[in-house]
Amino acid sequence: MKKHIFILTFFLMLTGITIAQEIGMALIKEGRFVPLYGASSKKPVSVKSFYLDIYPITNADFLSFVKKNPAYSKSKIKGIFADKTYLSYWENDFDFGSSKPNSPITAVSWFAAKKYCECQGKRLPTMDEWEYAAMADEKTIDARTKKEFNNYILSWYEKSKTYENEVGKTFKNYWGVYDMHGLVWEWTSDFNSIFLSGESRKDKSSDKNLFCGSASVNASDLMDYAAFMRYAFRGSLKAQYSTRNLGFRCASSTKPKINL
Amino acid sequence: MKKIIIAVFILLFSLQSCKENKKDTAVTKKEVSDLSIYNLPSKWTTQNGNDIELKSLRGNVLVMVMIYTNCKAACPRLVADMRDIEAKLNKNTKKNVKLILVSIDPKTDTPEKLKVFAISNKMNQDPWLFLRSSEENTREFAAVLAVNYKQISPVDFSHSNIISVFNPEGELVFQQEGLGVNNEKTIETINNEAEKI
Repeated sequence: MKKHIFILTFFLMLTGITIAQEIGMALIKEGRFVPLYGASSKKPVSVKSFYLDIYPITNADFLSFVKKNPAYSKSKIKGIFADKTYLSYWENDFDFGSSKPNSPITAVSWFAAKKYCECQGKRLPTMDEWEYAAMADEKTIDARTKKEFNNYILSWYEKSKTYENEVGKTFKNYWGVYDMHGLVWEWTSDFNSIFLSGESRKDKSSDKNLFCGSASVNASDLMDYAAFMRYAFRGSLKAQYSTRNLGFRCASSTKPKINL
Repeated sequence: MKKIIIAVFILLFSLQSCKENKKDTAVTKKEVSDLSIYNLPSKWTTQNGNDIELKSLRGNVLVMVMIYTNCKAACPRLVADMRDIEAKLNKNTKKNVKLILVSIDPKTDTPEKLKVFAISNKMNQDPWLFLRSSEENTREFAAVLAVNYKQISPVDFSHSNIISVFNPEGELVFQQEGLGVNNEKTIETINNEAEKI
């Protein structure tokens, strides 16, 4: 009997994994890590197990979303949800122009990215989830102290127009996820939880009065320059902004259902 | 099994919310302007436990700030700033203005807690209003206001100190940033907008 249950569980687990792969998500197992930014007094934060899209959302993906939700098309989107550069490189509402179908969608606002994921029955990953999944290289869960890993990320920051590349061409990381580094920057659900002095909005260095308790949160390791760049970039964003090097992917706390 | 049920529920809920919003935008398309916060479909609860949609506030000038009641540092000063604005409003048009405090800590700030805070700060009457919603709706609303916040301990949050003014159509017309700053321009904007009604 015990054996049967074991086999059954094994079978269920197996199908679970296959389903997850079919729908293009990878399971990121729970763990703890000290993020560069946001952990009070360098205490590790816990990340619960979650599913993350293996690839960033592509032009083709976003086109089919826009067809179903014309309110999020280039000409129809409301000003409160996106600025004027929304889908700037698209020819019109239903044509992404000369871009490749398999290149990541960029120039989308946070609202549009959030809505896309909601319509898939998913959500945007939190910043901690994203950073947790992104600290893995091919072989290890946390490669942040590896020199080659940081060099790889930093050399990407110097390259231009990587958003024109197709998804899945960078390395596959420990979790089976591609393109966390080397393709585009990505939206997170709580991107607006960053406080850095000299924030672009106000551009006054250390305007402490703007923030309550700002002194208690600081970058925990400035050596991690690669991550610092990401946090600084997020800190400069507003939810309506659409920029050409910023895309997104979705996450889910539970095993996602296949949408047929 | 339990997990599956929860998963299905979450899925149903999220799919539903996707469709619901679509319907919402279709219905309100003609009425609400592109830049209006009344495009947000989120539901909110007041300190009196009443559920409202933001849309029900349409037609008023809104002065909004995001706070949490456990806050010991900046919030009392933000509340004082709000009170100062209220005191300087034009008496004739004040009836068209609502001063709204939105909680960034909905877990702690239940309607009951907000009510206690409202009473102890003598803000439990017009033109004051306290609102809370789900964490997700709160995050979205903050995104609209360009307010950043982060929970830094079980009881404390970092947050931007921004007071936002919305015209009767729900369009953001002015933001006052910082604590104890000169509020002349804020008051002028509110009075001007309130006069138009």
